Amino acid sequence: MAQMKFLCDAERCIECNGCVTACKNANETEWGIQRRRVVTLDDGQPSEVSISVACMHCDDAPCMAVCPTDCFYKTDDGIVLHDKDICIGCGYCLYACPFGAPQFPKQNAFGERGKMDKCTFCAGGPAETKEEEYEKYGANRIAEGKLPLCAEMCSTKALLAGDAQTISDIFRQRVVYRGHKDGGWSSVDKAQASAPDVSANLDNMAYDATRAEK
Amino acid sequence: MHTLMQCLQRLRVLGVILMLAVLTAGLVSTAQAADPDQELNQAVGTINADTWREVKNGENFIDTRHDSTYSLINTSGETWRQIRNDWISPGGLIALGSMLAILVIFYLIVGRNDLDAERTGRKLLRWTALERAMHWTVATLFIVLALTGLNLLYGKFLFRHAFGDAFWANLVSLTKLTHNYVGPVFGILLLLMLAKWLTVNLPKKHDWQWFKQGGGMVGKKHPDAGFANGGEKAWYWILASVGLLVIVSGFVLDFPLFGQTRDNMQWANMFHAVTSLILMAVALGHIYIGTLGTEGALEGMTTGYVDETWAKQHHNLWYEEVKDSAGQPEQQNPPVDDDTATANRPN
Repeated sequence: MAQMKFLCDAERCIECNGCVTACKNANETEWGIQRRRVVTLDDGQPSEVSISVACMHCDDAPCMAVCPTDCFYKTDDGIVLHDKDICIGCGYCLYACPFGAPQFPKQNAFGERGKMDKCTFCAGGPAETKEEEYEKYGANRIAEGKLPLCAEMCSTKALLAGDAQTISDIFRQRVVYRGHKDGGWSSVDKAQASAPDVSANLDNMAYDATRAEK
Repeated sequence: MHTLMQCLQRLRVLGVILMLAVLTAGLVSTAQAADPDQELNQAVGTINADTWREVKNGENFIDTRHDSTYSLINTSGETWRQIRNDWISPGGLIALGSMLAILVIFYLIVGRNDLDAERTGRKLLRWTALERAMHWTVATLFIVLALTGLNLLYGKFLFRHAFGDAFWANLVSLTKLTHNYVGPVFGILLLLMLAKWLTVNLPKKHDWQWFKQGGGMVGKKHPDAGFANGGEKAWYWILASVGLLVIVSGFVLDFPLFGQTRDNMQWANMFHAVTSLILMAVALGHIYIGTLGTEGALEGMTTGYVDETWAKQHHNLWYEEVKDSAGQPEQQNPPVDDDTATANRPN
């Protein structure tokens, strides 16, 4: 079976928040719940870079491991889903999650948080009817043979969704095309600028996806 | 025909402009490449280790989620998961299991601590009605909280598989509600109870001797004890220290209204689990000593009165003080009076 993953190409993300909006619209999440977010590093600096983050559907998901109700499960496609009928809103999944993906509609005294909500990879969740499923979990585009709307609508195709093998092949091609010697996300040591082979280093930088091949 | 020629001419002009543009762009990019620092500064590559360190500390990034105080990468979550799942969870089972085993073995080998002499029938007021009410309320809430807490830690390994999803969903949501709403009541009552019994539980020199003699198990003579013996005082101070940590950490978890971060909650959760599991293990000992383990102890907390023989054997110093007030309960109960009970309590 496929192993569904998200992959955000930070070089391409232009912080347009189209993925955030698409997600909100596709799943009609509650007020205050925003399953996807865009994080920007070094905001306002020349080195500014953005990345779109939601549930990353971990292979070894910490939320699943700490949940006191065991309400999480993994689909055959490697998508991490949860049963809102069993969720008690204790917040443990949020404490464990590396990405801050789980969210709660409330945060009141006596630990009243409501049912946890998170990205479902547009795969819905357990419910009797389609209507109930949409009400509780949002869209089930996977059942219709479609990918998550955030990635489908990404204007620069920075956000990729799909089988891990497929999307990493796409990303690998991009990296090869850009000619970065270390791969997509590694940093370039500033000290290299003073090295004798400075022009070679510059050519290896990944910043310019439009640079023509040598 | 005329228009077609015009079009071609325009296209040619456009082509020249485009070529110029491409040439200029080429020149510009050559100029940029000649200034490596400039180009480096504009590259994503300058997101270096220092930047990532800042990001991990929750600095130097912005986030489009309206209430997000989350760092981009929550590294402590995995540590918390490992401590909770790999250490606390099995550790609690080991602690509770070995405590139970020790008590069972102790009961089978040593057996009940019987009264040395016959009961005299004369009764001494040990616990007033208010104290008994407090004790049994706190005890009931403690058991409710312990069972619901254990269900939150271990229930998923048992009940879901045994009784199915629907039963488990109801059970676990009731468990969380009970635990979160009963917890604060327990906390307040425990604090009141600790305040009420503070004076009789202040440590004294003879308590040390009591511990050296293992509460009377070592040596022939029963060690001196006031109203509360060394063991009771130890239980009191465990409740006053570990119990206090349970209350404080529980408060942090139960009222997420003060801007607690995920790290705060992870710490509170670990403290709460460890301290409450310790309390549960010690409470098992307390329950054993108060019921099966000691003849004549339970009636003190149920009826309020203890037999003269029991008082002499277990709390000799207290007995010396109060023996004159002992009455025959079948004839006349001494009136329940808080002041008298407190006055008659040398510790």
